[in-house]
Amino acid sequence: MSSENPIWALISTFGLMSLFAVGGAAAAVPEMHRIAVDVHHWMTDKQFADAYAIAQLSPGPNVLIVTLIGYAVAGIPGALAATLAMCLPTALLAYYVSRLLNRPSQSRWPGLIQAALVPLSIGLMAASALILAQSTDRTIAALLLTATVALIASVSRVNPLWLLLAGGLLGFAGIV
Amino acid sequence: MSTDSAPATQEPEIPVTPAAPPGLLALFLAFARMSLAGFGGVLVFARHAIVDQHRWMTADEFNETFALCHFLPGPNIVNLSMVFGSRLRGIAGGVAAFTGLLLPPTLIMTVLAIIYARFGDVEVLRRILAGISCAAVGLLIAVVFRMMTPLLKRIDVVVLILMLGVFVAIGILRLPLQAVLLIAIPLSIGLTYVMRRKVAA
Repeated sequence: MSSENPIWALISTFGLMSLFAVGGAAAAVPEMHRIAVDVHHWMTDKQFADAYAIAQLSPGPNVLIVTLIGYAVAGIPGALAATLAMCLPTALLAYYVSRLLNRPSQSRWPGLIQAALVPLSIGLMAASALILAQSTDRTIAALLLTATVALIASVSRVNPLWLLLAGGLLGFAGIV
Repeated sequence: MSTDSAPATQEPEIPVTPAAPPGLLALFLAFARMSLAGFGGVLVFARHAIVDQHRWMTADEFNETFALCHFLPGPNIVNLSMVFGSRLRGIAGGVAAFTGLLLPPTLIMTVLAIIYARFGDVEVLRRILAGISCAAVGLLIAVVFRMMTPLLKRIDVVVLILMLGVFVAIGILRLPLQAVLLIAIPLSIGLTYVMRRKVAA
């Protein structure tokens, strides 16, 4: 293998990946694992699993697992390069597409397409919630906590942060 | 047809664009706040801030903007920040929201990477994080529920069946995403088209 600049390898890898990551960050995780662990040997399997947990449980978009991968490859510059490569190209694409669709245009197609995507989008999110719940809620207490939070957040306007803090406290106390 | 949980006062159905759209700094700070609050995903907080707190969009507008960003490639909440910011304040607004969303958590994540490299795992921390993630799943369920309410109010059977179909295909049957979307997207566009023609006729 050539002694390619690792920063450039990060940028090209994640820049390309982001454009194919249809379905968001969660859908891209298997591909990230394949590239970081199997193809480039940037991390071990366990390091990747830990990185995934840290990214899930830290503030910010879950896609920031790439920040951790980037750091493992090339320190702080690697962390920043991987993050930008994963986030900027598709954000710009989204910007142009949304401008295209929202031009006060002759056609009714843009509005129709956007409306048609809504039920699919909600269905996908409901599916993610189910899949996440299956991996998180392995005990009765955990399941109860999730259900309680879902109920409170649905019927009240309490700041979600308080509910997360409550979850953290219950975890700390060893109840969940 | 109204904002789902807003107290039904003032301007019933005026497109949301407020008299004075938020400034760049306000956008940056708003997205930084929702991002930093967003343990286990930012969407919950983004919806809370944009629809409930600031009233920058109605529930329907948020759904449509999010749906678009969901189906474009890449991290959808990142796409949303750029699209949403630019709707209010042009490209500069998009960049402000994008930077606000990403800069603070990226710095935090970098610090965590350094700590992880030194110390690995600590048991108490793991327990706390496990509790937080249970709550995070609950919040996600609540967001799904709230996004559904405009559709439920319309009692649009076709739309609800489409939604349920995607949920079952992906969440329960675990069919491959691409295959499901390849069928669901044209189907949904076709049905929406037919229904709108019926309404128009």
